[in-house]
Amino acid sequence: MTNFAASIESTSMSKSPDSASFLSRNWWKMLGVCLVFYSIIMGFLGTVPRLPILHETIRNLYFHVTMWFSMIFILGASLVFSIRYLSNGRFEDDIKAEHYSHVGILLGMLGITTGSVWAHFTWGAWWVNDPKLNGAAISLLIYFAYIILRNSMDEEQKRARVAAVYNIFAFVLLIVFLVVYPRMNKVDSLHPGNGGNPAFSSYDLDKNMRMVFYPAVFGWIMTGLWIANISIRSSIVRYKQLRKQFSRPDSNPTHVI
Amino acid sequence: MSFKRILLLFALFLSSGLMAQNDVEMADTFRADGKIYVVVAILSIVFTGIVLFLIRLDRKISHIEKEQRKSEKE
Repeated sequence: MTNFAASIESTSMSKSPDSASFLSRNWWKMLGVCLVFYSIIMGFLGTVPRLPILHETIRNLYFHVTMWFSMIFILGASLVFSIRYLSNGRFEDDIKAEHYSHVGILLGMLGITTGSVWAHFTWGAWWVNDPKLNGAAISLLIYFAYIILRNSMDEEQKRARVAAVYNIFAFVLLIVFLVVYPRMNKVDSLHPGNGGNPAFSSYDLDKNMRMVFYPAVFGWIMTGLWIANISIRSSIVRYKQLRKQFSRPDSNPTHVI
Repeated sequence: MSFKRILLLFALFLSSGLMAQNDVEMADTFRADGKIYVVVAILSIVFTGIVLFLIRLDRKISHIEKEQRKSEKE
């Protein structure tokens, strides 16, 4: 895991990426893409249990649920960098926290859209008043507010600090609304894994589903980290360029903004 | 309850379970016709396209980072 963290660091921090070999820098991107390919192929061709109501839509588990799992992981990464920013004040950590949260929000939006389609064909409605669904919607709104909060402040350091603190609250609320609240006693939920409904245990009549689901989650986490990595690096390049332009004595900073 | 009766009950449970499984409608004919491979192929192509785009972006940004580092040294 330290090796993995180091390889992410080396590609995103642009310290000395030339020295590391191509494979050691990019293995996790390849692994992620391969795992997603595996989930696309086995997700359709693998055997699944025959369940009423769900029928073949059980295969959505490989695509809908993975979105949420990888969203929680990537928003967790965003939280880690927010905490790191608060402890050391490095601008790279603020940029990372911002872009990880963007990718996490994207995955969450995909998760809520795919879930809505799935609900339409199995529960009979695009949206049902369910604690799990409403919890997901509320936590997404909380993260939308994170973006709005960031964009509402011009002063860089103040924005970074306020956003980092908000991000900590946002992640805690995400866990509460998505994981804790739907599982509480006396909360009734249609969604599998909540309100007394079984999640995995009813599906694994054969072990085949787990063999596709877990690789799919890891694949999407890696792919999401890669997308975030690209936007983080572009942001850092732009930041350094701006800093250089502002530090030049003869420059006129107004034209860059 | 006699052993025979228990056996009968067990067999009944088993058969009802099997029937319930067979009753569930799945895309068996779709799979038998081989058309599902077409969906897999198309989804793979879509994802390949996205990955190629990401690779291109990655290389581009690496190039820019390299140039920036070079100009910083100067």
